[in-house]
Amino acid sequence: MADARALPGRRLDARLILAGAWLAIVLIAAIFAPLVAPHDPLMQDLMLERLPPFWMPGSEPGFWLGTDSLGRDLLSRLIFGARIALIVAFAAAIAACVVGSTLGLIAGYFGGWPDRIISRIVDIWMAFPPVLFAILLVAVFGTGLMSVIIAIAVIDWTRFCRVIRAEAMSQSRMDYVENARIAGFGRFRIMISEVLSNVLPSIVALLSLEMGIAVIVEAILSFVNLSISSDDPTWGGIIAEGRLSIHQAWWVLVFPLIALFLTVLSFSQFGEGLKSRFDPVLR
Amino acid sequence: MSACLDISNLSARLPSGQRVLRSVSLTVQPGEVRALVGESGAGKSMIGKAVLGVLPPSVRIVEGSIHLEGADLGQLSAKERRRVIGAKAALIPQDPLTALNPSRRVGPQMTDRLIHILGWAADKADRRVRQLLDEVHIREPDRVMRSYPHELSGGMRQRVLIAAAFASEPRLIVADEPTTALDVTVQKQILRLIAQLQQEHGTAILFVTHDLGVVAKISQRVTVLYAGKVVEEADTPALFADPQHAYTRALMAATPKYTDPMASLMPVDDTVLAGLAAEIAVADHDWKPGGGTGRG
Ligand SMILES: Nc1ncnc2c1ncn2[C@@H]1O[C@H](COP(=O)(O)OP(=O)(O)OP(=O)(O)O)[C@@H](O)[C@H]1O
Ligand SMILES: [Mg+2]
Repeated sequence: MADARALPGRRLDARLILAGAWLAIVLIAAIFAPLVAPHDPLMQDLMLERLPPFWMPGSEPGFWLGTDSLGRDLLSRLIFGARIALIVAFAAAIAACVVGSTLGLIAGYFGGWPDRIISRIVDIWMAFPPVLFAILLVAVFGTGLMSVIIAIAVIDWTRFCRVIRAEAMSQSRMDYVENARIAGFGRFRIMISEVLSNVLPSIVALLSLEMGIAVIVEAILSFVNLSISSDDPTWGGIIAEGRLSIHQAWWVLVFPLIALFLTVLSFSQFGEGLKSRFDPVLR
Repeated sequence: MSACLDISNLSARLPSGQRVLRSVSLTVQPGEVRALVGESGAGKSMIGKAVLGVLPPSVRIVEGSIHLEGADLGQLSAKERRRVIGAKAALIPQDPLTALNPSRRVGPQMTDRLIHILGWAADKADRRVRQLLDEVHIREPDRVMRSYPHELSGGMRQRVLIAAAFASEPRLIVADEPTTALDVTVQKQILRLIAQLQQEHGTAILFVTHDLGVVAKISQRVTVLYAGKVVEEADTPALFADPQHAYTRALMAATPKYTDPMASLMPVDDTVLAGLAAEIAVADHDWKPGGGTGRG
């Protein structure tokens, strides 16, 4: 499948490259965090507290982005924070995607009572404000990586469900779906081979977007100290600490915000870029 | 019961109660081309869809039966019906643009049915499809089979669909205005191709069209449909020589002739339409609403 879609003659769009490059950097940093990080992210050194980034007077070599109010190396903390951000992003987004897309596909393609039931559940689900819902869920499940992942998946499957349902619905009215029925194929097989094949680009785009959203939600949860244990560095946790020392050490707040912003933006742009490359008609 | 397709007394209606088919009877003998003509909205496609088991869910068959190769489709379970239709019938669709899945390659779309419905081995299906592509004069079968539909022209796609329809050796093909979406020069080629393959394979065709010129070229017998009702049925030469029904005559008068181009500008006569409306009112009166056998 991928080979024909990568035929020459199509220029790679810039957003796909830029977004992909940033995500690759974050991914590599996250996977090889212990090798890449210049320091132990947890090691405190009160002699080195609130060191500024490397270009400012008073910076120390080796502490590229400075240190926080406990003397911990900010870059190392961000790198280890990327680990948690990406684990949550992948696990939660994939879980939400699998549940939401499956239900959306069934509702949109089969219509009738499966659609009525699924759509009603989605409506009810969406009546909850998402962030409050997440906080509530984590409060119920207890803090920890797993419960953050579950909370995000439980909240955000509806996003997949709604979009995929609408697309599957319009797909199921297409002539080639009717032709497959005439040919004698069963409903399930048609759903996979004719409908899913056409909604796949949207699923890919949504999946990437959802990874970005999961990163934000994780940051919010750790900002309010509801994510994983407060020892592990998380971007949201670093932001929360940085907020307290904004006047003495702005960098502790600004760098994690930049990392968060770039990552979320890259995920959504990467998804859109992939979608248009995947779509055989658009490309 | 030797007919390939035998539709008898078929009536269908919409939830609003409006009838879209009015006691339609129609047979297609093995190897014959039966034209089904009528103006837009007459219910031609509805008949095709009923035969192929893909009526819209809102359309209810309220009476009558459809026998395909001797099997009474109304008496079969949904699953058996799918299997019978899948094995015995095929469609050449109207719009080659939307009839192929845009995100799958053409080759697998053509072999799918042979392999998964008819149970052929993959290499046999592949050979078969290549043979048919050759018969529809596609010279680069490899390239075409590897292509996505949007990489092919409309005429090419229609050839692909014709090849796919004949590949499974169906007993009956429903061709629903297979040339209307194509441009005029391609139309003729496609028509000739269908006629040629039909003769070589001996396939019966229910050929839906609103073009009497096409009827004259391709069919042996004609059924004229108006507002879901059969108004005339005849051998093609007989119909053209001596049309019995006023509507048929009006339809012929409205068909462009090279000798008399102005004739094509003549609308169907009002008195003819009034007569038809009366006929249909009588038919609807005789027909007892809700009195159907209610098969689905
Ligand atoms: N999905 C549907 N639901 C309800 N009514 C329909 C549906 N499709 C078609 N109809 C109605 O059924 C009647 C017959 O339609 P049909 O498509 O069979 O006409 P046709 O003879 O094929 O015309 P055309 O030459 O335009 O293709 C029309 O009055 C149409 O409005
Ligand atoms: Mg039609």
